[in-house]
Formats: sequence, C-alpha cells, structure tokens
Amino acid sequence: MNASALPQAPSALTDERQKLLEVKGLKMWFPIFRGVLQHHVADVKAVDGINFHIFKGETLGLVGESGCGKSTTGRAILQLYRPTAGQVLFNGQDLVTLKGEQLRRMRRQMQMIFQDPYASLNPRMTVGNIVGEPLEVHNIGTSDERLERVRELLRVVGLNPYFINRYPHEFSGGQRQRIGVARALAVNPSFIVCDEPISALDVSIQAQIINLLEDLQGQFGLTYLFIAHDLSVVRHISDRIAVMYLGKIMELADRDELYRNPMHPYSQALLSAVPIPDPVIEEKRHRIILEGDVPSPVNPPKGCHFCTRCPKVMDVCKDTEPEFREYTGDGHYVACWLYQK
Amino acid sequence: MSRLLEVKGLETRFFTQDGVVRAVNGISYHLDEGETLAIVGESGCGKSVGVMSLLRLIPQPPGKITGGEVWFDGKNLLTMTDEEIRQVRGNRIAMIFQDPMTSLNPVLTIGFQVSEALQLHMGMDKAAARRRSVELLEMVGIPQAVNRLDDYPHQFSGGMRQRVMIAMGLSCNPQLLIADEPTTALDVTIQAQITDLVKRLRDEIGMAIIWITHDLGVVAGLADRMIVMYAGFIVEEAPVKELYANPRHPYTLGLLGSLPRLDATRANRLTSIEGLPPDLIDLPKGCPFYARCLTYRIERCATENPKLEPVGPGHKIACWVDVSTKKGRAE
Repeated sequence: MNASALPQAPSALTDERQKLLEVKGLKMWFPIFRGVLQHHVADVKAVDGINFHIFKGETLGLVGESGCGKSTTGRAILQLYRPTAGQVLFNGQDLVTLKGEQLRRMRRQMQMIFQDPYASLNPRMTVGNIVGEPLEVHNIGTSDERLERVRELLRVVGLNPYFINRYPHEFSGGQRQRIGVARALAVNPSFIVCDEPISALDVSIQAQIINLLEDLQGQFGLTYLFIAHDLSVVRHISDRIAVMYLGKIMELADRDELYRNPMHPYSQALLSAVPIPDPVIEEKRHRIILEGDVPSPVNPPKGCHFCTRCPKVMDVCKDTEPEFREYTGDGHYVACWLYQK
Repeated sequence: MSRLLEVKGLETRFFTQDGVVRAVNGISYHLDEGETLAIVGESGCGKSVGVMSLLRLIPQPPGKITGGEVWFDGKNLLTMTDEEIRQVRGNRIAMIFQDPMTSLNPVLTIGFQVSEALQLHMGMDKAAARRRSVELLEMVGIPQAVNRLDDYPHQFSGGMRQRVMIAMGLSCNPQLLIADEPTTALDVTIQAQITDLVKRLRDEIGMAIIWITHDLGVVAGLADRMIVMYAGFIVEEAPVKELYANPRHPYTLGLLGSLPRLDATRANRLTSIEGLPPDLIDLPKGCPFYARCLTYRIERCATENPKLEPVGPGHKIACWVDVSTKKGRAE
C-alpha cells in the first residue's frame, strides 16, 4: 500500500463533492431595547460568526443544547431572519443580498420542517390546503394539477390520499409531522432544514419519521440540515456533524470521526453525557459532568465561549477566541486552543 | 430487603364526555426498601396516572380509582382518610415532576417553598426550617445557598430549579421518592448532572425510587428493576440487565429497536413500530398491542388479553408468544 497517498485520500474526495450551501461569518444578533426612549442597550448574540458548508446530497447534523443558536442558524440560512452579518451562499448565490421576488424564487429550492407538529399546521385549513399552499404561493400548475400533486405527496409520505379534506386535529403527532414533510416537499426543493423534526414525538413514532426522511433523501436526492439536541438521533441520520455552543460552532467532523475522536472538550462532555440504553455499558462508562450552566448570549465570555465551564481551560482561553479550523486535513474542524500551539 | 410498597390490581378511569378512558387497567407490582424501579412507556400509556393514583393525586372528577389496593408500610393508601394521606404525601413519599418551570410557585421565594414542608411535616419553627433549607440546597449542589433563599424561581435556570425540586422532595427524609420524568425538560449535560445527583443522594440516604420515563437510555444506568407499560397495562417486568439483554415482549423489542444508539458501529435502518397506540376509550378485546404486533402475533392474541406471567427469575411478560420461536408459549 502506498502510505503517502493515504492521508490525502479523504480530502481529495471531499473536494470533488459540490457544495450546495456555504455559510460564511454568519451572525444573527437580536437587539434589546430598554426604557421610555427604547434605547438600543445590548444584543442577544444568538449566532455569533459561524462558518460551514453542506455538500449536495448529504445530511449535516447541527447539535447543541437549548439556546445555543442552532434553530436561529437554520432560520437565518433560509432568510426567515435577515442575518446581522455574513454570507449564505446557495449554489454560489448570496441569499443575504437577495430581496423580494428574487428571494421568493430561491425559496422554492429550500424548505423547512418544524419541530412542533401541533403548532406548525394551521388548524383551520384542510390537509389538502396545507400541503397545496406552497404550490399556490409559487404559482405552480393549474388547480387540478395541484390537487393531483397533493395526492401524490400524501402517498409519498405514507398517508392515505383519502384524508385530503381532513383537518390537522384528526391526526396523531406522527401523522401531522408527515403532513409537515409533505408540505416541505411540495415545491420540489433541493434543500430542507429539519428543525428538531422528531423531538415532540414518542420513541416508536420517531423511528417512523427518521426512516421516512432517509427514504425521501434517497428518492429525491435531498440535502438536509438536521437540527437536533439528541446526539443519538443526529449520529444516526447525519453524514457530518457540527457541534454548537453559545452561538459558535465548536467542532465539525465526519459522523464517525466525531464520535470516535471528539477533539473539543465540549463535544467530549456532550458525548459522555448521552445515556446509552444498555445497563452493562452504562456501568463502565465514565461521565464528564460539566459544572454550572450556559452563560447568557447577551454577554458571552470573552475569549472562548466555553471557557467558563471547560474542564481543560487555560489562561489563553479566557482572553482570546480560538480560530475554527481544520487541523488534520480530513475535514475535522475544531475551535480550541488545545490544538493551536 | 423488606417490602416497602405493594400495588395490587390498581385501576384508574376517567369519566369524560366522550366515554370512559381506561388509563390504568389493573396493574400490580412491588417495590423493596432502597430499590430503584423504572416505569417506562410512551405518552398516554398510564405511567404517570399510575403513580399519581398511588398518592390519590388524580383530579376527581373526572378521574376515579376504580379498583385495587396500594399497601405502603402496612397500610392501604387508597382507604386512608384525607388527613392520613396528607401525612404521607411529601413526608414519607415525595414526588418530583417533569417540568421544573411550572411546578414551583413563581410568586413565592425558593426559601419559603423549601421550608414550607419542613414546618408542616417536621414541626420546625421558621428559623430552624430556614437553616435546614440551606443544608438541603447545598446538598443538591446549589452554590451559595444562603444567598439564594430569597430569590424567586425565575432567577434560577432549569437545571437549578430541578435541583430545588429535589431538595424539596428530600426535605422530610422520605422512604420513597417518585420522580416523574424529572430530566425530560433538561439538556443532556444538565440531565447527566441531575441523574448523577439522584444516584449520589440515593446511596447516601437509602431511599427507594420510582423513576418514570419514556427514555430507555436514562434509566439503563440507574434502575434495578424495570416495568414496561402499554395502554394502561404492564407488558413486561424484569431486572434491568435482563430486560435490555433479553427482552421478551414484542413491544419492548420494538422500543429498543427504534432507538438510535450513540454507540452503534454503523448506521442501520431503525425498526420502527408501525401504527399507533390504541384509543383508551375503546380498547381492543384481545392484547392491546395486537394491531401493531406484525411480526409475532398469533390467532389467540386477537381475542384474549394475556396476563402478566413469570417467564424467568424476576422476569414477567404479558404475551402469548415466545419471541424466540414466534410460536405460542407452552403453558
């Protein structure tokens, strides 16, 4: 075997893959206004400068705890929030600079599946109207064609097209989430942001939806940004995984690489905290228990955002922010001073 | 170990406009002193209603405990007077709830809420209760507890509030702590903090725990014994290692199969359980899991609901089928 050729193999491979989405220096700050005159006093730095890309046809998992900015990232990518700074390149085109009709046209290619299947479907609309609405908005087909398309979509997500005139309350949580998936698929998007699509569902139903999402990806060549707080689920569905903490991406790597070799102390703690459904393994596991809580995103720590809870903190961490970069040349990115010497 | 709790044929119904909801359908189990029992199941399987019924915390009406006995330390909790059961609640059996955001009173200080039970059950005066509150809050790992007594719940984070709940639960040295999904609303790193804390306190104080959850992962490292519930019935009961290594009920098998695992070596397709749990107003005649049990069901399952029967040491299932052969079990 040629030893020198080996280390380059993975990165040569990734270079060939086409980037569908590229996020550069994305910041999403929400202003806080106080007092009678509504002075701008501070900002909630929900997303505070992140960089990553998603290849065509892959699933990028975005994990982190509540309030780390993962959902905001998803929404800022789709321009549901207008980012404070940064670029979002979709097929090379910067979405942040687009407005009005141009942006609307781009939206046909990117859709979203929401967390709460109870709140994300209008209770006064029939399933047919809900799934068909994106087609109407984008002026696709005649009304007969749209109806036919809705029936087909319901079949694709595993619902009986016979239910087309029913209302959301007549469905269970899992079925509602299928309706949400059908709506996202209606305009034939190439990219879907899945924002915690299964966390409101029961375990046995979760598996149904995960399997559905995987089938659809194979069938339609979809690209997913899969946002979740459950690391086991993310590991199952993703090709690559980004770990977020307090508005920053701490680590990004290939799925197996991240679980085998987590480099960032936060990723290490997060992985060790996930319970494994096996008492024999649980007995032997060593947990890294993090002290304290996540600081406020209004006033994140100077330097590394994780420095207040990091078990391996050094002086430099409290003072200067580490750069998010690749160390080993195999697509494993990390932002930590431990590796920047 | 001596028996602490014995539940026999507990049955809880809700009488609603749409019909009678059969939430808990004659469940029997026991708990020894110092033991940790996990009750696992999906939403609506009766796991919470089952333990709320123990302490008669079911809103009546529409709810009603229609049958069964709950023996705790030689007394039947279901036939006690209101005054007697009030002496048990929060004193000898304590309960912590899922949502630490809503189970604390937002307009009362933390100090007041923790010391309330101490004054009520332990007969302490205000100053003594306050001193004890500080000790309790320190025990559950709240930094600078003295300075936080006069804070209100909104000044605490989710994990800290759950610690306060645990401190309140432990304030009267209960023999039994019932924890109803105590970590579900929390993030994984905070969840690890809380389970760690409960394990430590259990070993120090030696109380028994009933831990209700839908998450088979959390209880794997925590429980001694486990009960799986479905549609108001217990479908499987076993020591925790036995249950994970050798699940015998098709529903338990399905639950374990539908979990993506962090330690999986390669991603394989999840085996989901098709369909939905049955309507508790209109339970099927046979086994409640029959409609979703596509791989194992036999003819008998459609018409007769199996009883919970022993199949090994400490291992009971309610199923007509032997999952290893897919044939009916020999009687």
